Amino acid sequence: MSETTQYQEINDLLSKNSSYKEGFFTQTIVDTFAKGLNEEVVRAISAKKNEPEWMLDFRLKAFAHWKTLEEPHWAKANYDAIDYQDYSYYSAPECNSCSSDCPSGNKGLSMEMDPEVAKAFASLGVPIYGEDSAEKANIAVDAIFDSVSVSTTKRAELEKLGIIFCSFSEAVHDYPELVQKYLGTVVPYHDNFFAALNSAVASDGTFVYIPEDVRSPIDLSTYFRINEAKTGQFERTILIADKNSYVSYLEGCSAPVRDSYQLHAAVVEVIVHENAEVKYSTVQNWYPGDEDCEGGILNFVTKRGICEGAHAKLSWTQAETGSAITWKYPSCILKGDYSIGEFYSVALTNRRQQADTGTKMIHIGKNTRSTIISKGLSAGKSDNTYRGLVRILPSAEGARNFTQCDSMLIGDQCGAHTFPYIEVENATAKMEHEATTSRIGEDQLFYCQQRGISEQDAISMIVNGFCKEVFSELPLEFAQEAEELLAISLEGSVG
Amino acid sequence: MLLTVKNLHAQVADEIDKPILKGLNLDIKPGEVHAIMGPNGAGKSTLSSVLAGREDYEITDGTVEFSGDDLLALSPEERARKGVFLAFQYPVEIPGVSNKLFMQTAVNAIREENGLPALDMFDFDRYAQSKIDLLKMPKDLLDRSVNVGFSGGEKKRNDIFQMALLEPKLCILDETDSGLDIDAMKVVANGVNSLRSPDRSFIVVTHYQRLLDYIKPDFVHVLFDGKIIQSGGFELVHALEEKGYDDMIQAHQQLQHNQK
Ligand SMILES: Nc1ncnc2c1ncn2[C@@H]1O[C@H](COP(=O)(O)OP(=O)(O)OP(=O)(O)O)[C@@H](O)[C@H]1O
Ligand SMILES: [Mg+2]
Repeated sequence: MSETTQYQEINDLLSKNSSYKEGFFTQTIVDTFAKGLNEEVVRAISAKKNEPEWMLDFRLKAFAHWKTLEEPHWAKANYDAIDYQDYSYYSAPECNSCSSDCPSGNKGLSMEMDPEVAKAFASLGVPIYGEDSAEKANIAVDAIFDSVSVSTTKRAELEKLGIIFCSFSEAVHDYPELVQKYLGTVVPYHDNFFAALNSAVASDGTFVYIPEDVRSPIDLSTYFRINEAKTGQFERTILIADKNSYVSYLEGCSAPVRDSYQLHAAVVEVIVHENAEVKYSTVQNWYPGDEDCEGGILNFVTKRGICEGAHAKLSWTQAETGSAITWKYPSCILKGDYSIGEFYSVALTNRRQQADTGTKMIHIGKNTRSTIISKGLSAGKSDNTYRGLVRILPSAEGARNFTQCDSMLIGDQCGAHTFPYIEVENATAKMEHEATTSRIGEDQLFYCQQRGISEQDAISMIVNGFCKEVFSELPLEFAQEAEELLAISLEGSVG
Repeated sequence: MLLTVKNLHAQVADEIDKPILKGLNLDIKPGEVHAIMGPNGAGKSTLSSVLAGREDYEITDGTVEFSGDDLLALSPEERARKGVFLAFQYPVEIPGVSNKLFMQTAVNAIREENGLPALDMFDFDRYAQSKIDLLKMPKDLLDRSVNVGFSGGEKKRNDIFQMALLEPKLCILDETDSGLDIDAMKVVANGVNSLRSPDRSFIVVTHYQRLLDYIKPDFVHVLFDGKIIQSGGFELVHALEEKGYDDMIQAHQQLQHNQK
């Protein structure tokens, strides 16, 4: 069999995957702004959320700056310029039971939540009532539906420890000093085009504060759901781990099947103080679009954390399987001496998906260490790019970095690309870089089949083996979900 | 009869008019050990691959019956589950997949076919351990990735280890002995001999007498130019070892010439 026909077969196998099971749409009464973006819209969002003056100022400054910027197109992803006037910038399930001046539209909502919204989260397996169902009992959830947070569970339990876990909108009201102290400190509103846009129209997100000497006994998590068509989701998440604290935070996402692109431009800021540790895990399964990736999510995300104090540690772990386009570089600024930054990533692209993802490790403090393990899987006609920067500043005496970028190609019509940028300004730095590219070959599949293993099982076995180093960094339950997601994303019935 | 190959013609798919197997016949009864010898490029590996169901080859004529089934109509994994096992001339590496996961999946796929319950981790470990000892495999075998970082000889032994675990009905060994040192050869021969039983048959493809000295085949065939040109008992091995293939091939060509 010739190369092309053999890969055609694998492609056929993969293309039968049209089972985006999160693709349902929730019919509910919504309050959605008319399409379009101008200063009035920014003011209206702020008014909807009944925000204090300082928050409105932050938005307006960001918006003014955003208007001067141009949409970036340097990533290895082709997309038409986005018409920002063609999106709606606020959409929320109507909340019948509270009056229209209800501050953030989400106080104690678990009791009055729109039953359709509740149903949606239930079928996604998100425990929004914080009920003690055995398997999810060890997790607190902030559930975000389009522009608003609809439920945050286990808050009372966490409050006893001094842990703040609430929606970003609530934090603006209830913890204004904390929000003001940290908002925009890691990702300034002028950082980049999408960060500026997010700062102007930020919808909702999660706010986490772990006080000194506290280890969060349960995982905290946020589940993002985009429901309305042609709306953007612009969540803003801030996570602060004070001295000697620890938290594991998880993030999951999905959206209904749509025929027009949906926009997602999030900003996440993480601040890790002396001796504290944050594990930030993401399983991203936004709708990738139809066979040609028309109508999928455009995912432009700025995630950055700073290891402020000595011996601080920040780990980003991500499993990216969805979105039509992913543009995302979770980064670590290693300012504290001996601080540690880690990035573990699996990015799977299929069909015509395009992912340009990676990380930035900025070493400032002495003896700072960073580890980057990136696994790119490309199938179908997709393009998968790793783009990473490791920068050692003159002050970073004795800094070390280990980078490993592995790409796996499934079929012969996809692409894998690696752009590792390294800038070293201190001669004591030690850098190690490894990169491999492999292909699931017909030989491997036949070897498995000859032992009685089906082609389908063989592919997921090989793929999961390839991703093992990253999945082992995910919390157990999430690791399982990620494995299943990969299997589904590569699914096809073997004829 | 366990395996009946009749007038088998095969060629590389998409390459018309380049036949490799040109009318091959072979009958194997349960419990028999058949050795197949023949010069490089004769078609020995092609025959093994065709029996195992590799899609690179197209069958243009002939039939293959295995335990009453039309073997050629089955997918490679169905053939494996029904008891066809191929020890590869070049075993494949699968990075990141442990021998344990790989073989537990395989063993359970075959158990399912036979209506047996799946082995859990503990049962499988115990089962595998006995075979590890039998084939003198490294203790950490199960935790290592399939064939990754294995020496050539270790890869071959790993295939025989897999064969011992799967307990197939028809074991095809494609030059398992090449590249093995003398001790490893004994280990492999010992593994094969311990698997011999009245309802298990073997096709042993080899270039050398040594493995056959240990295994003692019931029949020896010489494959040349896509056909079996001579069959006999163990004495054929000695004849070949002494005189090489030339005489036999010339006699065969003379015969064909006369027939025309
Ligand atoms: N996939 C293939 N593509 C092209 N030619 C092939 C292919 N497979 C086999 N052949 C050719 O068919 C012939 C028989 O090959 P085969 O590997 O079966 O020989 P063999 O008897 O196993 O030889 P050896 O003793 O060297 O292992 C050779 O000429 C070989 O080049
Ligand atoms: Mg051969």
